Amino acid sequence: MSAVEAQAVGKRYGRTWALRDCTLAVPSGRVVALVGPNGAGKSTLLNMAVGLTVPTTGRVTVLDGTDPGSPTALDRIAFVAQDTPLYPNLSVADTLRLVASLSNRWDEANAQQRLADLDIPLGRRVGKLSGGQHAQVALAVALARHPDLLILDEPVARLDPLARHDFMGALMAAVADEGLSVLLSSHVVAELERVCDYLVVLSRGQVQVAGDVDDLVGSHRILTGPAGEIDAVSAAFDVVHAHSAERQASVLVRITRPMPVPAGWQLAETNLEELVLSYLRAPRASALPGPLGERRAVSA
Amino acid sequence: MVLDKQGSGAIAFRLDPASGVPPYQQIVRQVEDALRLGYLSPGDQLPKVKDVVAALAINPNTVLKAYRELEHKGLAAGRPGLGTFVEAGLDVVPLRDLHALRRKLVKWLDEAEAAGLDDESVSALISSARHEMSSSKRMTAS
Repeated sequence: MSAVEAQAVGKRYGRTWALRDCTLAVPSGRVVALVGPNGAGKSTLLNMAVGLTVPTTGRVTVLDGTDPGSPTALDRIAFVAQDTPLYPNLSVADTLRLVASLSNRWDEANAQQRLADLDIPLGRRVGKLSGGQHAQVALAVALARHPDLLILDEPVARLDPLARHDFMGALMAAVADEGLSVLLSSHVVAELERVCDYLVVLSRGQVQVAGDVDDLVGSHRILTGPAGEIDAVSAAFDVVHAHSAERQASVLVRITRPMPVPAGWQLAETNLEELVLSYLRAPRASALPGPLGERRAVSA
Repeated sequence: MVLDKQGSGAIAFRLDPASGVPPYQQIVRQVEDALRLGYLSPGDQLPKVKDVVAALAINPNTVLKAYRELEHKGLAAGRPGLGTFVEAGLDVVPLRDLHALRRKLVKWLDEAEAAGLDDESVSALISSARHEMSSSKRMTAS
């Protein structure tokens, strides 16, 4: 069961490849975070999944082999684009009417209830709403179509902390209620840590890390010890990224079987943000399901 | 005063991102504390998953994992279609054991002070030792 699959997908804009040889299978029923630096290809990949962009090479499918942009896919996928675009001159009520007339799976009662819970006045023009309300209307409209897959591109990037929290709360309540698959992108890992259960790191147009969040965090550790012994320790472990000061060094390692801790070194757990940053700093390291590419890189 | 009501249920969870304790364990501990303090008793319903995730903006699996752990500990039980309910009270550690542990700790703290450790060093030492214990448990388990 997969929500989105990409097979050797490439996308070229002029001379620049936004994505190159990108292979990925995003499982369904999960909340998937797509993270990576600006320009990593996140939006390109999301736009392909909703059929707004066509790959130059390879193939993207959604919801177990369906073509993006096909009538079936359009009915079952909702997309909230970057900055949650809506028509500013329409009232909230007219926005609902517009989406209702364009959708085959519209649940008017559901939309009304969501907006009532948020105290959003139906008569107000969308352009007059606060940033948080604006994003909530876009989310309510997307969820009232009862999508099997909801794709959101940087949904909370422009929101203040309270609006972010409320937006994610509404999204997570919908996940608890309906069990839909969610794929959302962000360049801020910290804000996704509590929300997502599956992580995809995109870097320079390629998938660098993909996996269950608990598995990823559970299979990586930070080793700290004397800087002088860093080479010996690095040789014994699957090193993602090593960082050394004059006396002390810390190394993020991937541990797939029980390993003894070297004498004089300390082992600590890591977190999602540290893990993602370490991989982004070591472009040649990767953590992917199945046999793939080069697994090791040391950069001091 | 503005009083927000957090959905259903007798207690409201909160998460401390700086504590270093995984969110699901924070929920487990808060239920256990509520049992110890009498906010929850057998038969009470735990907050609904949907209400918890809406209030805390966390993944539903985090709450489900916490509730599963509480079931595993025999403290709660799921009733299909209804929710999760408190099954048993918490066996409080006998006071005598607590006193004994406390005496040993005070003695150790005296030694630490004599060795020149200040409060922060003591805290750092304790948290590092606890971390080592839990890490090594997890390492051998994996």
